[in-house]
Amino acid sequence: MSHSEVLVETDVVTRFYGRHAAVSDMSFMIRRGEVLGFLGPNGAGKTTTMQMLSGNLAPSSGRILIAGHDMQEAPEQAKAHLGYLPEYPPLYREFTVDEYLDYAAALRRIPRASRRAARERAKARCGLHEVGGRLTANLSKGFQQRVGLAQAIIHDPDVVILDEPTVGLDPIQIREVRALIRELGSEHAVILSTHILPEVQASCDRVQIIHKGRLVLNEDINTLMAHMESQALIAAFRAAPDLGALGRLPQVHAVTTQEDGRVRILHEPGADPTDAIVGLALEKGWGLREINPEHSTLESIFVELTGESPEAS
Amino acid sequence: MIRAIAWREWRGLFLSPLAFIILGVTQIILARLFLGHVNLFLMIQGRLATLPNAPGLTSLVAAPVLGNTGVLLMLITPLATMRLIAEERHNRTLTLLYSSPASLTEIVLGKYLGILGFYAVIILMSLAMPLSLLIGGGLDWGALACGLLGLMLFAASLGAIGLFMSTLTRYPAVAAMGTFGVVFFLWIVDYAGHGRGAGGALVGYLSIVNHYEPFLRGLFDTSNVAYYVVLAATCLVMSVRRLEADRLGVR
Repeated sequence: MSHSEVLVETDVVTRFYGRHAAVSDMSFMIRRGEVLGFLGPNGAGKTTTMQMLSGNLAPSSGRILIAGHDMQEAPEQAKAHLGYLPEYPPLYREFTVDEYLDYAAALRRIPRASRRAARERAKARCGLHEVGGRLTANLSKGFQQRVGLAQAIIHDPDVVILDEPTVGLDPIQIREVRALIRELGSEHAVILSTHILPEVQASCDRVQIIHKGRLVLNEDINTLMAHMESQALIAAFRAAPDLGALGRLPQVHAVTTQEDGRVRILHEPGADPTDAIVGLALEKGWGLREINPEHSTLESIFVELTGESPEAS
Repeated sequence: MIRAIAWREWRGLFLSPLAFIILGVTQIILARLFLGHVNLFLMIQGRLATLPNAPGLTSLVAAPVLGNTGVLLMLITPLATMRLIAEERHNRTLTLLYSSPASLTEIVLGKYLGILGFYAVIILMSLAMPLSLLIGGGLDWGALACGLLGLMLFAASLGAIGLFMSTLTRYPAVAAMGTFGVVFFLWIVDYAGHGRGAGGALVGYLSIVNHYEPFLRGLFDTSNVAYYVVLAATCLVMSVRRLEADRLGVR
């Protein structure tokens, strides 16, 4: 997979709004067959990045290549390889779903003869067969989102950019959309922005965390999962333990007492000093009450990197 | 590409009640004015018969109807063109065009042809009235064609002004008011300075109606054609530039 072609490449892309840098020095690449999750609190620069990748906004400096075509030098060739679902699906309210998708197909230069087939395929993939004749204005939020998705994939683009694709969907629809994203990810390059952490865990191969316009993390999802494996144990004792004795145990890095009286024992990644701790507690009669691996989540990594909780922002 | 954008624009107009209201109201007003012109013609017909080289049906009825259509177009333009870009920006559908492999020139020309298609419907419907005179009389085809060409050029420049004003804002009403201001200003610009020196001539030249009237008199002058072509082309080029600035994020 790592040898397949690079479909999106950004080279120190910066975007200013006035004097405020919404995105600074952003460099990354995406290969065919990858689903990249773009994660960040609201206002971190996710949408700005998506707009630049989709050619809606020119970067103040830097270069964006889509399937080898420079977005500034050859925007039409670059955009031909691109499908974009913005934050708000760009629907013409007075058009029916079929009319709308036919128009989207024409805009993507699909020859007249194959437009109908393209439209039907996109509808089938997004579960829209029953609403073809309805006005987009009268559809529920979930269906509107799916029409937006159908519009983005109607021309079978190499790169699919989705800005918060599951917002406003119910749990069943979310599952369907995630399955569709996985399916798209097998042959295309998919970039997806979200502030919902489980979504990244559910559908992405790679995660990029963006904060205040900068990339603060760019990691393979498996590496990240490995990171998230426990590196600390939380233990509670009836009697006050000798922290020095605990700290001298092999594989233990540091020992601290938490506010709630529990002891946090930081150990080497991959090691498990549980047995040694239990033995020591028994020997010294500290009265061990509980011992648990500390669960590190994407949330905690996120908070660690950005210094704020994703939901609170 | 241009055709797809133009077709959507034209169809979008007719999917809303606005297009039909505009056509209906225009037709009623024109019908009233047409009857007035016919009435006047009938009243003075007897006297005209005694004159050598008297003006005929074309210059007394058909030309004034075309002239009235031009005035109505000036009033309709703000409403017909206000949505072109402003509404797409407001509804965030402009994103679809920007992320499609269409150049900004193609987008602007598509929009422009869409609105000209609507003007074509207005002009064809207004033409039906003078043509109905064929039932009881004859028309001077050359003079009528000349007037029609003038009306089309006039409409083409109005549409371009409206399109440009619509690229400036995200609110259709603001675009409409702006277009109204520009068109009205170009209409009355020579109101005060009629023919006083070189300045007066220049101001007179700027007036958008002064270039239309010769066409109605059956006078084809390339300088008048040039005025409308230059006006329309300038507005279209400025529209493309304005959309470029949009992409660069200059607001």
